[in-house]
Amino acid sequence: MSKARLELRSVSKRFDDLEVLADVSLSVQPGEFVSILGPSGAGKSTILQLLTGALRYDGGSILCDGAPLESDSHRFAFMPQRDALMPWRRIIDNATLGLEVQGMSRAAAREKVQPLFAEFGLAGFERHYPSQLSGGMRQRVALLRTVVQQRSMLLLDEPFGALDALTRAKMQRWLSGMWTRHDWTVLLITHDVREAVLLSDRIYVLSPRPASILRHYDIPLPHPRPPAGDATLPAIEADILQTLLTLEE
Amino acid sequence: MSMRSISSGTSRVFSDAWPAVTSISALILAWEAYVQFSGISPTALSAPSRVLIQGFEQREALASHTLATLQATLFGFSCSLCAAFLFSLLLDFFRPLRRALFPVFIITQTLPLVAIAPLVVLWFGFGLTPKIVLVALVTFFPMLVALVQGFESTDRDIEALLASMGASRRRIFVAARLPSALPYFFAGLRISITYAVVGAIFAEYAGAVRGLGIYILNAKNNFRPDLVLAAVFVSATLTLCLFGATVLLQRLAMPWARIAEFKP
Repeated sequence: MSKARLELRSVSKRFDDLEVLADVSLSVQPGEFVSILGPSGAGKSTILQLLTGALRYDGGSILCDGAPLESDSHRFAFMPQRDALMPWRRIIDNATLGLEVQGMSRAAAREKVQPLFAEFGLAGFERHYPSQLSGGMRQRVALLRTVVQQRSMLLLDEPFGALDALTRAKMQRWLSGMWTRHDWTVLLITHDVREAVLLSDRIYVLSPRPASILRHYDIPLPHPRPPAGDATLPAIEADILQTLLTLEE
Repeated sequence: MSMRSISSGTSRVFSDAWPAVTSISALILAWEAYVQFSGISPTALSAPSRVLIQGFEQREALASHTLATLQATLFGFSCSLCAAFLFSLLLDFFRPLRRALFPVFIITQTLPLVAIAPLVVLWFGFGLTPKIVLVALVTFFPMLVALVQGFESTDRDIEALLASMGASRRRIFVAARLPSALPYFFAGLRISITYAVVGAIFAEYAGAVRGLGIYILNAKNNFRPDLVLAAVFVSATLTLCLFGATVLLQRLAMPWARIAEFKP
């Protein structure tokens, strides 16, 4: 376990009087798809902000590939909840944003990103503006922008939360397929239990604030998972839902 | 796409414009009829036809005075834009300065132009300088507010995303805050350009060698309301043209904002 891609050991964080994270320990192995589920306001996005370097943690430690995570190292590629596409940049230039920030020239970055457009279902839309794309397509652009940064892990913050139910279901299947074909390490933050169960190898359930890890689920089923195949998935889903509902009371 | 949008754009301009054209024509016709049938003296109120004819006879003088006003407007406005941009940068990067400087800028907006214009002419003479100063005085603050507000309108998610990628503060400003401010900038520009013409004419009215302001003053002193109105008409046209130019500029600078909604 020492060579985990990401390891949080008893991480805590407070804002003045408000204790947000009490004791959060979790790990993500290379090539794994891990989800963090929790009630709203539990501190899911605080964990993300610690990982992107936007916040510093107070106690515990965060390790990346065995070494302490520096706040300015930018080891992870972050995909925010809303797509955060720049309306003034064409689709291809939105996709290259991370590479340009890393210092690559726009021409070189375009050349590198271009071959991926077909696989992301975006071929022919390179010269469009974000306002011309549907919600699902915009999220695919956002994921493309995240993936091409070639960071050691993808941080997805409720990536499909703003989509309608049907598009969300389609995008979850699509992401599941993409993850199977690529060697991505993913940490997904979500409050959608079904989404977490469908996509993840492992799921951590957070307690309400101040957050600690309440439960931990292993889902040792192959990907991509059929929508109505195994009876294990609905059982786990029901169990997690029950756990979360009990918390509310 | 471009051909269709251009032709539909032109027909839309026509369909949008006809109510305005009709109401303005009706107003001018009523004015003409009133002057013709009420027997009012032409030194009190001139008919639009007389304004048009006299204005046309004076076209060379009007043109050269208009050119002077245009020059003062554009010079003053450019200076004001540069200053507003520099100060907006300063206020964006050094937040505490806002509290120190904003009250000063607000005070400049409370000064009555009638009182300030003659003083500025007194200090800077009859040349171009007092016009530039007055135009800048009336347009600087609206432009500054537009820019500062525009920077603030930047999507927090986009800034957080750039920061997570390792972008510096300067990089975030150039890549996110500056383009986010464009719609606000152009809204400010449209308002300010109309103030700018009025400011220039006011400065000329207070004392100048050339310009529509001094032309209006002379025409009034010579009991020529027809020429006053001709100059007013020219200045209104000038303002409309400058306004149109800012709209055109915005369309060129923000191509993404006018892309027809097309969703696959």
